Amino acid sequence: MATTDMGTVRFTATLARHRAAPAAAAPGATVRAVLDAALADDPLLRAYVLDDQGRVRRHVNIFVDGAMIADRVRLSDAVGAASEIYVLQALSGG
Amino acid sequence: MATLWVGSRKGLFRFEDGGGGWVLAGPPAFLAAPVTAILDDPRDGTLYVGLAHGHFGCKFHRSRDRGQSWSELAAPAFSASGEADAPSVEMIWSFAAGGADRPGRVWAGTLPGGLFWSDDRGEHWHLCDSLWTLPDRTRWFGAGFDHPGIHSILVDPRDSAHLTVGVSVGGVWISRDGGASWTVGGRGLEAAYMPPGQEADPVMQDPHLIAAAPADPDRIWCQHHCGIYVSDDGGVSFRESRGVKPSSFGFAVAPHPHDRDRAWFAPAQKDEERVPVGGKFVVTETLDGGRTFRSHDRGLPAGPCYDLVYRHALIVDRSGERLAMGSTTGNLWTSADAGQDWQHLSAHLPPIAALAFAP
Repeated sequence: MATTDMGTVRFTATLARHRAAPAAAAPGATVRAVLDAALADDPLLRAYVLDDQGRVRRHVNIFVDGAMIADRVRLSDAVGAASEIYVLQALSGG
Repeated sequence: MATLWVGSRKGLFRFEDGGGGWVLAGPPAFLAAPVTAILDDPRDGTLYVGLAHGHFGCKFHRSRDRGQSWSELAAPAFSASGEADAPSVEMIWSFAAGGADRPGRVWAGTLPGGLFWSDDRGEHWHLCDSLWTLPDRTRWFGAGFDHPGIHSILVDPRDSAHLTVGVSVGGVWISRDGGASWTVGGRGLEAAYMPPGQEADPVMQDPHLIAAAPADPDRIWCQHHCGIYVSDDGGVSFRESRGVKPSSFGFAVAPHPHDRDRAWFAPAQKDEERVPVGGKFVVTETLDGGRTFRSHDRGLPAGPCYDLVYRHALIVDRSGERLAMGSTTGNLWTSADAGQDWQHLSAHLPPIAALAFAP
């Protein structure tokens, strides 16, 4: 049986000031797939991370297993089994 | 009890006046979040607030209990198109109540320049496609921001299908059919920042704020990037107020609620400096439809100061006697005698973007 790609998404604690954002495990082979699944139940939380077009907000950073993602538009960066996805605020946002 | 809402760079403050003067009423809502727009809806007391978080984007909150509690609702948003440069709402710049005959209707102007409406008090938002898809819309450009934005939405109290919006930079746009179709107004406005021969192009105008006189909705005041203008035909055409001292540059205008010829302004040194002329802060007032102006400084700083009043930060209440004014330096003043004397409420607020009196 093939391993199911699965990521665990952890959100910056500063987001919790505005909206409950517990860590969530979700299936998917890309950042897009995992985030779509992890945020499917809370479109308001999704809008804190992604803009109207589904791009990563300009002053939000996403790291997968310690590396900042390269594709902030389509979120095509690969997610492996048991990957850790961190959603962080970028210091550029003030 | 009178209430004054103060939308600042660091949250929404409430001041109250029970007869003894304005006092700060408790801690701010949305502490640390930049407030970009406020509507205290005179029809039903619902409060609407736009926030622009530094990291997490544009947000929309509503209160049905006069600010005791707030609910976040989905902000106006552009449809996802998949195109790399497709728009995303950066902030709500203006709200307007949609008229007495449309009780749930609320309008929102955004940056980039979208006009959105809701018919259920902000539960769901719809883009006004007819304005967004206008060929001339692609000529709009940013002023103070990377993108153009809609900061003024006027709903005619005689006809809620008659809309007038102000765009920086994109001119004055008028709809007579509830937003189904639009024509550009603003004849007579002059954009000195344009190349020679193009100054009068109505789409290239930067009306910092347009505001209708409640006593005569066809009288529209325009604090333009290049001067003060007055319209008597609902914004189709304007005449310029010339020779305004100390300056005709500014962002805000507050029309008197009962006197069509009367309005207040907060002038600044044009255009390169944007501080009070000579460091001397005054409020100007016209009593004759913009033909002459007088300055008020009683209670305003005597010494050099560098406060700038943004477009939504000079307001007057429904009586015409009570005014409030907030600055980029975090100063807040009020007047109880129609702007002749000013009281300094605070020097320690965050930069102020928008004010609203409870109706």
